[in-house]
Amino acid sequence: MIDNLDYPVQLLQPDGARVCRTEYDRLIADLGPTEYISLYRDMVISRRIDTAAVALQRQGEIGLWAPLLGQEAAQVGSARALKPDDFAFVSYREHAVAYCRGVPPEVLTHMWRGCSHSAWDPNQFNVTNPAIVVGSQGLHATGYALGAHLDGAEIATIAYFGDGATSQGDIAEALGFAASFRAGVVFFCQNNQWAISEPVSLQSRTPISHRADGYGIPSFRVDGNDVLAVLAVTRAALAHAREGSGPTFIEAITCRMGPHTTSDDPSRYRSDTDMAEWRRRDPITRMRAFLERRGILDETADAEISTAAEDVAARLRHATLETPDPPPSTLFEHVYTGPHPLIEHEREQHREYLASFDDQEAMS
Amino acid sequence: MTVVNLVTALNTGLRRSLERDRRVVILGEDVGRLGGVFRVTDALQKDFGENRVMDMPLAESGIVGTAFGLALRGYRPVCEIQFDGFVYPAFDQIVSQVAKIHYRTEGRVRAPITIRIPSGGGIGAVEHHSESPEAYFAHTAGLRVVYPSNPADGYHMIRQSIECDDPVVFLEPKRRYWDAAEVDLDAEPSLPLHSARVVRQGSDATVVAYGSMVATALEAADIADDEGHHLEVIDLRSLSPIDFDTVDNSVRRTGRLVVVHEAPMFLGLGAEIAAHAAQHCFYDLKAPVLRVTGFDIPYPPAKLEQFHLPDADRILDTLDRVLTP
Repeated sequence: MIDNLDYPVQLLQPDGARVCRTEYDRLIADLGPTEYISLYRDMVISRRIDTAAVALQRQGEIGLWAPLLGQEAAQVGSARALKPDDFAFVSYREHAVAYCRGVPPEVLTHMWRGCSHSAWDPNQFNVTNPAIVVGSQGLHATGYALGAHLDGAEIATIAYFGDGATSQGDIAEALGFAASFRAGVVFFCQNNQWAISEPVSLQSRTPISHRADGYGIPSFRVDGNDVLAVLAVTRAALAHAREGSGPTFIEAITCRMGPHTTSDDPSRYRSDTDMAEWRRRDPITRMRAFLERRGILDETADAEISTAAEDVAARLRHATLETPDPPPSTLFEHVYTGPHPLIEHEREQHREYLASFDDQEAMS
Repeated sequence: MTVVNLVTALNTGLRRSLERDRRVVILGEDVGRLGGVFRVTDALQKDFGENRVMDMPLAESGIVGTAFGLALRGYRPVCEIQFDGFVYPAFDQIVSQVAKIHYRTEGRVRAPITIRIPSGGGIGAVEHHSESPEAYFAHTAGLRVVYPSNPADGYHMIRQSIECDDPVVFLEPKRRYWDAAEVDLDAEPSLPLHSARVVRQGSDATVVAYGSMVATALEAADIADDEGHHLEVIDLRSLSPIDFDTVDNSVRRTGRLVVVHEAPMFLGLGAEIAAHAAQHCFYDLKAPVLRVTGFDIPYPPAKLEQFHLPDADRILDTLDRVLTP
């Protein structure tokens, strides 16, 4: 089942053939073989991170994972359009965005293993820790963009969310606020067809990008499995935001080919037939076909990418297994920025309680 | 000393904060040209401009969520929620995002946001304009919750809240907005933000109140005094954290405790204070801790609110039971 596929922007056909769209071609005219290989490389590594993490979950090393399988082009294409000062507000599936922003892959499983609620400093990589409450981050991106506007900073923010999130009030409010204040936000909706078991048709009776019209926000519909098209339209939207022209809405039409999370059972709500068309549209095989057609991907480059992906997966695996449980004292840290008598009291009580076991051991 | 009412005290406090720190921004519905429906932000947009005092679209989650984004960018937003009963659409942003970001990021990100909420009843308003949501917020780790009862505290505590690096839910007793008192606008605050204050000393029983109920408790104490009972009245001022040292010291001397609030009794702040007294002052108590509160009903129509809200007579009636040997 493929909803809402009436001619989105596409620069690569599923068989790797290049489509000429002059107005979008010019947005990626600077790309050459090196950049093409690099985009492909990021997608391959992102998928390998994903499969490594799923394996870790199946082995009981992490509690949960939200696979990005199938969404590599949407995430890599958009994230590679960002400049260092831009700020990305992500949900729980944007592992490739985090990777492209420079977050070390080794820390991507921290949250899922239960070692912390975050894995990195958002201000170090200009990407937030994953938002779990669906759609909340759209408003945060809007507020940040508003602040940047007040600062006179020529940056953009990008808010990542799925098709399900467009049913949330916070996304509607974010679109309204961003439009009113001409905030430099790119609303990047990965329409991955499914909100857990609910098809996108349950979220919207019209193409999702049409919702932007009601707010006076320009929008793009893009083939989300085409990394070049995603890169092109995101570059356009970010430039629009940075120059102070306000928000843009991008609907990247893609498919979450795996489960919602590792706890999910997609066989209950979709069939192999549903997925066959999407497998044909796989973002990585498409880019590979393009590279092969152009003779860009030689054996050496291909082997190097495979090795790099295996290396990242091995590092992720090793780091996950080696990540120690945080000490119990961290329970009480950072609840407030300063002293809070209740927290101090409970911290001390808990410390004494734990110490009582040491005393018992010493006595026995 | 200047005689000002609570609205003017808050307005002056906000003005001083805007002057002191360019990162302070005010955002809410009608806070600009109108100056807020209670005029707490009167003339601030005129003097500081639309980039410092921002009229926002009608959406509470949007206001708080946008403020959160501004805070991530380094601003110190002050949100105005127009009425207590309208804060619920913003509840998720307050308790799931604003309250938790410092803990979630292991101290790397702060959200110094002040969320002003005119609270409580007693002004003859329609539904959703008279609620007491303090327990919801005091129950949430990561938030600080304060509730001044008079102009001087309003003036100092709004400035202290804005300077606090934690998010602060700042409740304003709307039925006391027009009460006036002398305030030294050039003085430094006499108390830290989270200290309670003994507003009337007495020896026979301790009455703990906050917000609009402090004046009611003092009224009851005046009457009790005529009847020969000397009540100590404590204005809690901060609901999270609670200054239990001040409460405990008083209860140990008087041996009797009554907690007064206009929020419903069940699982209200009074329950926490009573539990604390039972745990920490058990051997000093000469009578059970009693509560005088609003009833456990939805806020009633205005013509009935006089029966719902604690008044001096209900406090005195309860004190009779506590003071009986």
